[in-house]
Amino acid sequence: MADISFVRTESHPDLPPPKSETGILAWLRQNLFSGWLNTLLTLSAIYLLYKILPPFLDWAIFSADLSGKTYEDCTSGGACWAMIRVRFDQFMYGFYPEAERWRVNLGFLLLFGTGIPLLIEGVPGKKYLAIFVFLLFPPIAFVLFYGGLGLPVVDTAQWGGLMLTMVLATVTIIVSLPLGIVFALGRRSNMPIVRMVCICFIELWRGVPLITVLFMGSVMLPLFLPPGTNFDKILRTLIVMAFFAAAYMAEVVRGGLQAIPKGQFEAAQAMGLSYWKLMGLIVLPQALKIVIPGIVNTFIGLFKDTTLVLVIGLFDFLSIIQAATTHKNWLGTSTEGYVFAACIYFIFCFGMSRYRITLERRLDTGHRN
Amino acid sequence: MAASSDAQGGTPRVSLWNDPKKRALIYQAIVVLMIVSFAAYMINNTADNLEKRGIASGFGFLYSPAGFDVGMSPFLTYDASKATHGTVLIVGILNTLLVAVTGIFIATIVGFVVGVLRLSPNWLVSRMAYCYVETLRNIPLLLQLLFWYFAVLGTLPSKRDSISMFDTFFLNIEGLFGPLPVPQDGFWMILVAIAIAFVASFFIKRWAQKRQDEIGQPFPVFMVTVGLLIVLPLIAAVIAGFPLEFEHPQQNRFGLRGGMIILPEFAALVLGLSLYTAAFIAEIVRAGIQAISHGQTEAAYALGVRPTITMRLVVIPQALRVIVPPLTSQYLNLTKNSSLAVAIGGAEIVAIFAGTSLNQAGQAIEIIAITMGFYLTVSLLISMFMNWYNRRIALVER
Repeated sequence: MADISFVRTESHPDLPPPKSETGILAWLRQNLFSGWLNTLLTLSAIYLLYKILPPFLDWAIFSADLSGKTYEDCTSGGACWAMIRVRFDQFMYGFYPEAERWRVNLGFLLLFGTGIPLLIEGVPGKKYLAIFVFLLFPPIAFVLFYGGLGLPVVDTAQWGGLMLTMVLATVTIIVSLPLGIVFALGRRSNMPIVRMVCICFIELWRGVPLITVLFMGSVMLPLFLPPGTNFDKILRTLIVMAFFAAAYMAEVVRGGLQAIPKGQFEAAQAMGLSYWKLMGLIVLPQALKIVIPGIVNTFIGLFKDTTLVLVIGLFDFLSIIQAATTHKNWLGTSTEGYVFAACIYFIFCFGMSRYRITLERRLDTGHRN
Repeated sequence: MAASSDAQGGTPRVSLWNDPKKRALIYQAIVVLMIVSFAAYMINNTADNLEKRGIASGFGFLYSPAGFDVGMSPFLTYDASKATHGTVLIVGILNTLLVAVTGIFIATIVGFVVGVLRLSPNWLVSRMAYCYVETLRNIPLLLQLLFWYFAVLGTLPSKRDSISMFDTFFLNIEGLFGPLPVPQDGFWMILVAIAIAFVASFFIKRWAQKRQDEIGQPFPVFMVTVGLLIVLPLIAAVIAGFPLEFEHPQQNRFGLRGGMIILPEFAALVLGLSLYTAAFIAEIVRAGIQAISHGQTEAAYALGVRPTITMRLVVIPQALRVIVPPLTSQYLNLTKNSSLAVAIGGAEIVAIFAGTSLNQAGQAIEIIAITMGFYLTVSLLISMFMNWYNRRIALVER
């Protein structure tokens, strides 16, 4: 009987993967047409895109008008971007005098020049940058934007456009962060009255819509002050918005405080640290680091909420665009105005939310309690 | 010295400042003093101001005639010649609640669908859901409302050439007109039948649960409930001879009259609010489903449980625990954001009461206080209900 046993000595050559598993076709089949339901979804998605995208692109790009002085000059049937071009400066600066606009530019250049490095990892000298942004910059910005020290005064009634939006958002956030920390600490305090006051404050502001708060700032606040005091509408808005944001900030910070394990408090107390040293040196540095994404989130919400000042008659970025589209020269350009505004807001908010996501990844050290 | 006084059994003498308990008392006394004096200062100023400007105070204005027309009042007949500011307040509250309930309903459905689509293995669909979420989340709500109202609904045809659908629905710049159901005699029978169906299905559910606990066999509760809810009212309708008629909108010289109308302000508000909130809900739903570890699904499959039942009995109940708390705050946000109607001339509380009534009666403090009080109450009620629901579905740890 012949020996039919066989031992293979060399390995079988690697075969290429089957055709149905590689390449575009396989990807299409796995991701888009893996079953009848998926195929149906894909087809309806493609149909939807076909219905939306080509007409929109045609309107926004291919048959759009870029030049003209009034809406009548836009004859091609597409978007009338001429409106944006003609009004662009107003959208950015409001009614700020043209000769003084360099001050606004300089102010925001300073803010971005020092603020953005503060947000990037690994930049040296962050301590000094932070001191500059939070302590030195506010008075400098006030002098630059409003006037004084030899610069002519620009009344706040002339502020407007994107500049006003940015002023509202940044001032509110810079004021509300320390306020929010104070209220968060108060809410977790051992003193019953302090705790009650803080809880009432936070829940009261969080329970009502921002519009009623703004109404309160514009019609009620003047009544609360001594008769005859007349103070600036933008300042009033800033005050109530800062309180409103502080309540939300307090809840964000409280989340961070609650995430710090009890052992940290106890260890610090065992070392004999006083309350403020315990909070300032041990708890807050850890808690604030955890809640940075939450703070950025609050800031995004705040940035979007600044649009509500339209209701009380301030000309922020959205409001000034809205006003432009109802001007007699540009009647009928409301869609263009809104799309432009939407793009600008989207760029800011989406940028910030991407930053928040990278932060979350960076701060996620993998520790879970 | 502290140590020696301890040894003698007496209490150590510490200064007032170094005793934490007494220090806390001092701190709190200071806080109370500050708040009281601040409040007194403001009340004093306010009284001065009111006197100087000759503004009345108190709630008497609620009974004085308002004399303006509100846009819509679906629950209450509003007569501009007789209405008082109190009526305006009630209409405003009802309209706000209507916007909130409709908005929450639509936002929940859209949000859950988009959230699930976002997790779909279908690349195109999940990308599109992502684009939806990111676009709507990152554009201010007010801008979206203005867009819907002025740019989309503002382009509807004038009332002379309205779009007609089956000669029943008409769409023009004044709104969407449709038939209004008018209950006739005997309509109560249908209502009673619906009530009976609800009560019966509640008991069936309890009985089925008990039966399954005893003999382990499931009972098709859902199908039976749906069947009851359809069949019982239908029988009642047949017995009563279909006691429901429709009032159709009629075209006359001034446009369409009668029937049911959905105003463009209302439509823009509900559309804007619910699509915006749906983007947030979608993210919450996605996070909730992703929070359930894949091992749960795999374990259910390993036990031979079918995918739909795995989803219904294993994944969703656990995901809901993650979803419900943030969902509550989205519902609250939607309710509060309905106040943005003021920008597009809607007819809810901030627009007609804190807007028009305030301009006419001039009593800023009372009106703003009532408005804020209303929102606070609604916020508290919604969060109480959702807390109760959350406790019911919460994980019971042993």
